[in-house]
Amino acid sequence: MGISLTRAAQWTMVSSSTAKLASTPMNESLLKEILHFVEHFSSQHPQEAEHVFEEPLQWSTTLVPSDFKTDYDISDSDVQSHERDSEGHPLLQLSPPTVYVRSFSQLSKLLHLADDKKLAEVRACLEGKFESNLHPKQSNHQHSSITHRLNVFVLLVTVYSHPIMLNPKAVKNEVEILQMFCGGGDKGLLKSLRYTSDFQFSNGYRAPLWRQVQGDICYLVIEPCDTETLYITCSTAGSFLNGGIKQEGEENGYERTSDAYEDLVTLLKSRSPHFADKINQTYRVLIVCLIKKAEVALVYFRKTSAGALPGELFSESSTESEEEEEQPYRHPETNTDLPSEYWQIQKLVKYLKDGDQIVTVDTLCAMMDFNLMQESCQMAIQDTGGLKVLLNLLDTDEHKCKIGSLKILRTISHNSQIRRVIVDMKGVQSIVKILDSPVKELKALAAETIANVAKFRRARRNVRLYGGINKLVSLLDCLPNFASLTPSQEEDIEVACCGALALWSCSRSTKNKKAIRKAGGIPLLGRLLKSPLQKMLIPVVGTLQECASEESYRNDIQTLGMIKDLVRNLSSDNDELQMHCASAIFKCAEDKQTRDLVRKYKGLQPLVSLLHKADNKQLLAAATGAIWKCSISQENVTKFQEYKALEILVNLLTDQPEEVLVNVVGALGEFAQIPANKAAIREFGGIKPLVKLLTSPNQALLVNVTKAVGACATNKDNMVIIDQLDGIRLVWSLLKTPSADVQSSAAWALCACIENAEDAGETARSLIGGFQLIVKLLSSTNNEVLASICAAICKIAKDEENLAILTDFGVVPSLAKLTNTTHDRLRHHLADAIAQCCMWGSNRASFGEAGAVAPLVRNLKSKEGSVQRSTAMALYQLSRNPNNCITMHEKEVVQPLIHMMGSDDEELQEAAAGCVRSIRLLYMANRNAELFTFRN
Amino acid sequence: MSKISAVNKRATQTLAENISKQVEHFSKKEVECLIREFNVLVAEQNNSGRAVHGLDRGKFISTLHSIFGLTDDRMTGRVFRTFDKDNDSVVSMKEWIEGLSVFLRGTLDEKIKYCFTVYDLNGDNAISREEMLHMLKGRLIRQPNEEDPDEGIKDLVEIILKKMDYDHDGKLSFEDFEKTVKDENLLLEAFGTCLPDFRRIEMFERHVFQEQFEQ
Repeated sequence: MGISLTRAAQWTMVSSSTAKLASTPMNESLLKEILHFVEHFSSQHPQEAEHVFEEPLQWSTTLVPSDFKTDYDISDSDVQSHERDSEGHPLLQLSPPTVYVRSFSQLSKLLHLADDKKLAEVRACLEGKFESNLHPKQSNHQHSSITHRLNVFVLLVTVYSHPIMLNPKAVKNEVEILQMFCGGGDKGLLKSLRYTSDFQFSNGYRAPLWRQVQGDICYLVIEPCDTETLYITCSTAGSFLNGGIKQEGEENGYERTSDAYEDLVTLLKSRSPHFADKINQTYRVLIVCLIKKAEVALVYFRKTSAGALPGELFSESSTESEEEEEQPYRHPETNTDLPSEYWQIQKLVKYLKDGDQIVTVDTLCAMMDFNLMQESCQMAIQDTGGLKVLLNLLDTDEHKCKIGSLKILRTISHNSQIRRVIVDMKGVQSIVKILDSPVKELKALAAETIANVAKFRRARRNVRLYGGINKLVSLLDCLPNFASLTPSQEEDIEVACCGALALWSCSRSTKNKKAIRKAGGIPLLGRLLKSPLQKMLIPVVGTLQECASEESYRNDIQTLGMIKDLVRNLSSDNDELQMHCASAIFKCAEDKQTRDLVRKYKGLQPLVSLLHKADNKQLLAAATGAIWKCSISQENVTKFQEYKALEILVNLLTDQPEEVLVNVVGALGEFAQIPANKAAIREFGGIKPLVKLLTSPNQALLVNVTKAVGACATNKDNMVIIDQLDGIRLVWSLLKTPSADVQSSAAWALCACIENAEDAGETARSLIGGFQLIVKLLSSTNNEVLASICAAICKIAKDEENLAILTDFGVVPSLAKLTNTTHDRLRHHLADAIAQCCMWGSNRASFGEAGAVAPLVRNLKSKEGSVQRSTAMALYQLSRNPNNCITMHEKEVVQPLIHMMGSDDEELQEAAAGCVRSIRLLYMANRNAELFTFRN
Repeated sequence: MSKISAVNKRATQTLAENISKQVEHFSKKEVECLIREFNVLVAEQNNSGRAVHGLDRGKFISTLHSIFGLTDDRMTGRVFRTFDKDNDSVVSMKEWIEGLSVFLRGTLDEKIKYCFTVYDLNGDNAISREEMLHMLKGRLIRQPNEEDPDEGIKDLVEIILKKMDYDHDGKLSFEDFEKTVKDENLLLEAFGTCLPDFRRIEMFERHVFQEQFEQ
């Protein structure tokens, strides 16, 4: 709101020469905002509201003396307030039609009296000021000049309405802390940071007085490590870049040249990648600590909420990103327009504090009658100190009070602010303690409350630290699937349900997952998984799928036989349960045995039928994910085909959210491993949408899309379409993405495309900069990327002209450099590429000169068949150069080659024999030459 | 001496058999134990000079106090009246066992009836404003600056009445009370503690049933 107001205000200033506010929507909304602000100002900021203006605000009012009531001296023609300033002037004076107001509290009272004419009064007030105050010689330097009134007024609105208004103290703290981390070369956050002025006014401001009126606090000159020097204005409305104020007293450069940010750190993060990088790492911890000390934690807590507690910043699992951020505390409501519930709740809280056990229980029951899901009631309980009392009750010995209190807490803890306050007041500790109670109702309520509270990291951490995980796990111990249950056993089941709910919330943290496992939670969850109750199954499967991100859990889920139950519940009639089951299978089916189990328990068909629930995107994402992972096993793909999964999947390629697309495309990539499916994908019209997805910015999606396109490209008819859609260029351009996964995946797809396209050689040449890119990628540090690029080079170089170009770009030394690798997959493709590149010019000799021969001979001894074969062929190619033969001979190549000549693989035989022949021929030629020389 | 006690024992057994047929929740064996406990209490009372055929008000209330942890005088008096069904100012053996049946093992319905009787001070089958006020008086502490010290309680009574008085006749009938309590069990003892805590029950049962069995 603050920033929009400032803009609006500036606009108003421009139009002020007419001394009337035009009736534009913008002005209307500005008026309303000012009105709202003034009305609430005296309750929100009582001290400031009492401050007496130097000059009264005056305007022509429509109010008459009879409108005024108590607190005013009313005569026929005149009204004066009882409140007076130090010199005895009344703070409000009305001599119709003019009214003089000298404080905000009076202004707010007057507006209250004006009732439905409020807005008109505000407008008159603003306009009136201009009529009487417009000064011909406006000067910016007269900071106290009355011409700045509106400015001040709007500024006040800006400042006080802004939820986290900057003040000199906050800025000073921030600057001091940042200064601690300046210098030290690359390790520091910044090179330097200084104020433009060493002089500080008594109010903490450093900006000249006339700029203070605009809200400017100080000016900074900051040298980041990686970009040019930044000139920054810190103002009450935020921090922003200015026109370049280098030292104090400069007249120009005050204008804002960037967006305003709530604090310096955010501004710097947006300008300096180095700073952003560093501050996101270790420094954040320090800064949060320091700033907390400096009592401006609020500003920061919001900024760094993703890492709420130092020390545990980077240890939590990725699922955390989905959850709520900690919001800044809300200011307590103002007294003016509070709902009647507020007062009733306030009264009840008083009885809670003062009553004995009986009264307390009665009062708690009365409180439960309010709509506790309503935010106003939740906030009323917090604002009137009720939350503290409720939490205190948990530590008493009266279990009825505890029950009552928990019944309220479990409901109001749906509110994220309340959750935070509960944690701040050490409520988690008390609630966890109740989990040991002998009263089952209490245990269940406590667990349910934990389930709500543990929605954010700090709360979850608290649950673990106070031993809550072990206690919650022990709640799970019940007999879930007995046909006839005693009332006591039924209560046990209720308790276990609540326990599972709580564990579900807690399991979002990696450390909690480990703690649950350590406490023996997995077998218990496995037992509950056999329950017929949906309300039990949802949290249990929810917890399991959350935890399945850990490998240990995946193993346990498989070995403890839970796959069967998960598959069974895929056919439940509850979407949420189906989703969690599918999601658990998604995570677990990376493992082959799990995939086989899903098939064995007939889980594939229900998964396919989940695809029909296309409007539940979460469910769809989970189901397609499970199908993707399951289809890694070819037997499963065959089954899926029986259920016509392929056609449905192809239809899901359009108009789906990314998380669905990633999985659908992943599944298609696996399906396309079977030749018949490649054609089927084309027939269902899947090629076009697939190629279109090559332009997605999502890396996970790109990895899958390139894989799928690559798999489809091995079908000639598919390739024709891909080529028409310019697919080769699109795949090629993906080599430019920074992600190694995408690079290698794209390179593999490229191999398939080039191999199967009609005039691939020419297409490749037409891609400007393409070959350079390929050769450059040979200096990647990722073996998978290198292997894929070698494979691509092998395909590209089949075209002679291309090989010539690649040679010009230095492919030979780049390949030779890689020969020392021990990575078998890379060795295989590298040898292929070398063999192919030997076909041009003097490349054979160049490889020899670059020292590629000796390592290749060594690679011949690899145990991997594909490496032996490729290497033998490369050596055969290289052996056509006499010098290479000499090197090979020196490195004792003959022995292994002769061995390979006995292989069953004809190509290998041939290559080995050819190579030996070359060496032999050289030897013969040499001898002949010697003989010849000898004879002569 | 041993002959007399043998006779006594047989008499007790017969009595127990009779009573256990009329009273819910207790086995014959348990009734026997309760009779024995009753006799012990009566003996203690008579040793201190009184000779009555049952538990008089003083002894009963002190028993509530020491064994069941009920300390609120307003309530213990009413509990005595509720136990003492025939209004002869003495809790007889049968009344004792009948009372304990609700006290220790009562179902929710039985407890609702029992509590309602306790709270219906004048026995007119309704809990009036005045009765509530009487029972809740003094339960709010700390109002030094308020003119009427009962102002808070009066307000609370109105709140409770608003919540519980389903038929809007300004007082709580048994049906009102029953409906409220079934809705929210916590309100069973809305006007004062008149049932023992579960821990006291456990202790008592252990003491009376188990330890005596072991003898």
